[in-house]
Amino acid sequence: MALTTDDIKQIAHLARIGLDDSAIEPLRADLSTVLDLVEQLSAIDTNGVEPMAHPGNAALRLRADSVSETNQRDSLQSPAPLVEQGYFLVPRVIE
Amino acid sequence: MYEKTLAEQSQMLAKGECSSVELTSHYLERIARFNAELNALISVDDKGAVAAAHAADAKRAEGDASPLLGIPMVHKDIFCVEGGRTTCGSRMLEHFVSPYNATVVNKTREAGMVLLGKANMDEFAMGSSNENSYFGGVKNPWNHDCVPGGSSGGSAAAVAARLAPLATGTDTGGSIRQPAAFCGLTGLKPTYGRVSRYGMIAFASSLDQAGPMAITAEDCAMVLQAIAGFDERDSTSSDKPVDDYTANLDTPIAGLKIGVPEEYFSEGLDNDVATQVRSALSEYEKLGATLVPISLPNQGLCIPAYYVVAPAEASSNLSRFDGVRFGYRCDSPVDLEDLYTRSRGEGFGAEVKRRILIGTYALSAGYYDAYYLKAQQVRRLISNDFDAAFQQVDVIAGPTTPTPAFEAGAKTDDPVAMYLNDLYTVSANLCGLPSLSMACGNVNGLPVGLQLTGQYFDEARLLHVAHRYQQVTDWHQRMPAGIE
Repeated sequence: MALTTDDIKQIAHLARIGLDDSAIEPLRADLSTVLDLVEQLSAIDTNGVEPMAHPGNAALRLRADSVSETNQRDSLQSPAPLVEQGYFLVPRVIE
Repeated sequence: MYEKTLAEQSQMLAKGECSSVELTSHYLERIARFNAELNALISVDDKGAVAAAHAADAKRAEGDASPLLGIPMVHKDIFCVEGGRTTCGSRMLEHFVSPYNATVVNKTREAGMVLLGKANMDEFAMGSSNENSYFGGVKNPWNHDCVPGGSSGGSAAAVAARLAPLATGTDTGGSIRQPAAFCGLTGLKPTYGRVSRYGMIAFASSLDQAGPMAITAEDCAMVLQAIAGFDERDSTSSDKPVDDYTANLDTPIAGLKIGVPEEYFSEGLDNDVATQVRSALSEYEKLGATLVPISLPNQGLCIPAYYVVAPAEASSNLSRFDGVRFGYRCDSPVDLEDLYTRSRGEGFGAEVKRRILIGTYALSAGYYDAYYLKAQQVRRLISNDFDAAFQQVDVIAGPTTPTPAFEAGAKTDDPVAMYLNDLYTVSANLCGLPSLSMACGNVNGLPVGLQLTGQYFDEARLLHVAHRYQQVTDWHQRMPAGIE
C-alpha cells in the first residue's frame, strides 16, 4: 500500500516523533514496502477466528489490594532529566 | 581456560583447580584484547567483576557449592542493573542508570555468577544484524566482515569469541536463536512466561522472552535452572513449577518423534544450509529418532503477522520515552509538544522510528481491525498449526535461518529483506513456544544453526534432545580462528 508524505506526517504526529523533512520520503518508501508485506494478511479468511493477544491465553493475574512497595520516589526519579521537590519539570503548559 | 564450557568450568571451580578470581581475570584480559575490534560489549565492569569473584571464592571457602558460583558472564544491555549504565543500544538511554535490578540480574547474582559487562545489541532489540546499535555494529568472530546476527548480537559475539562462557539474550522474533546460529552457539528462547520480564526493557510484551546463550545445551540448562520461575513482578510470569533441566540429559532419545515441516525447506532456504540441516536430522535418526514429515500451512503468514503485532506493541511500549521521566531530553524545548517530538526524534534511531510508525499506523482509528485484529486472528491460525503438529510429534526441527551470516551493510537499505532473516524463528514467539538453536554445520567458514521447537514448557526435552546431538557431534565445540 502506498502511503503519502501527508500520511507519514500524520503518523509521526500521532507517535510524537519529530522528523526532518529529508527523512520523510525514505520513510514513506520503507513503510509502504512493509505495508505491502503485511497486506498478505487481508487475503486470509479469518471469519469467526478468535484473536490471539497472548500466548497460552493466560488471563492477567490479580493480586490483593495491599501495599507491597516501600516509598522509592527519590530513587525512581533519579534518572529523570529535570526534577524539583519530587516533581518532573516540563516547559510551562498554562500561561 | 576460555576453551572450556560453563559446565567444565563449574567442575574446575568445585575441584579447586581454579578460583573465580583467576577465571574472571582471564576473561577480563581477553575482553581487553579482543573487544575493541569486535565491539561485543558496551560496558565492562572490571572492578565490580573482580569484587564479585572474590566474594564467590569466599562463599565457596565457606562451603557453598552452587553450580554457577563464581562463573563469569555478560548480560545483554537490555537488562537493568542497579547503579550501572543500561543503554538498550539506544541514544535514548545512553546515560540511563537504573534504580533497580531486573529479576534475571538478581537471579544470576543470587546464583553467584560474576557480571563482566553488558553486551551490545540492536537498538531496543529491533534488528537482525546488530547494525542498529547506537554504539556501533558488532563483528562476527567467525568472519569480521559479517554481522553476528541480532538483536542479541553482542551476546553472541562475546560467547563465540570466548569473552565469557555465557551471555543472556532476549528473543522477540528470533533475537537469541538467529545470532546463536550465526555465531555457532547454543541459544534457548524459553516458553513465554518461563523467565521473568521484570526489568528487561520492553519491546513487544506478548512476544518478549529472555534466555541463555552458551557453548552447549548443558550450559544453557544449568543457567535456565537459575533464571526460570515465577515472579510476582511480571504479570504474565508463569507459576508452573520449574523442571529439573539437567536431570535427564544423558538418557537416550530412541523413539523420539521429530516433525520436519515441508514449509521450512522451501523457497528462500540456502541450499548449503538445507544440506547441513538434513545431515543433522540424519544424525538424529542414527540416535533412534523418527523423522515425521509435517505441514505448517500458515508458515508463510508468520512474517506479515509478526510485523503488525510486534511494531504495534512496540509503539505502545516505547511511548514511555517522552523526555520527562528518564532518558534523552532535547536541548531547550519551547513547549511540551516540542519536548516530546524532538526528544523522541533525536533519541531514537531509524529502525526504531520505522517500527513505532508502523505500529502507530496499525493501531490508529480506521486501521485497527484491518491490521492489528487481523494479525491477531492469523496468529491464532499459526498457533493452531503448531497444536495440530504436536499431536503427532515431540519436537519440530528445521533450519534456524535461511542463510548463514551475511556481510555488514548487505541488507541495511531494505527493511523487508532484513525481516526475512526471521522467517523460521518468529512463529515460536507468536505462539509462545520454547525454541532452541544450536550449531549443526558450517558453510564457507560460517556456522549453520539447527532449530528445535517444543511444546509449551518443554524446555527440558529441547535441551535433552540438543544435548544428545552434541554428545555425538563436535560442531558446538568449534571455535573461530584468531581468538587464541
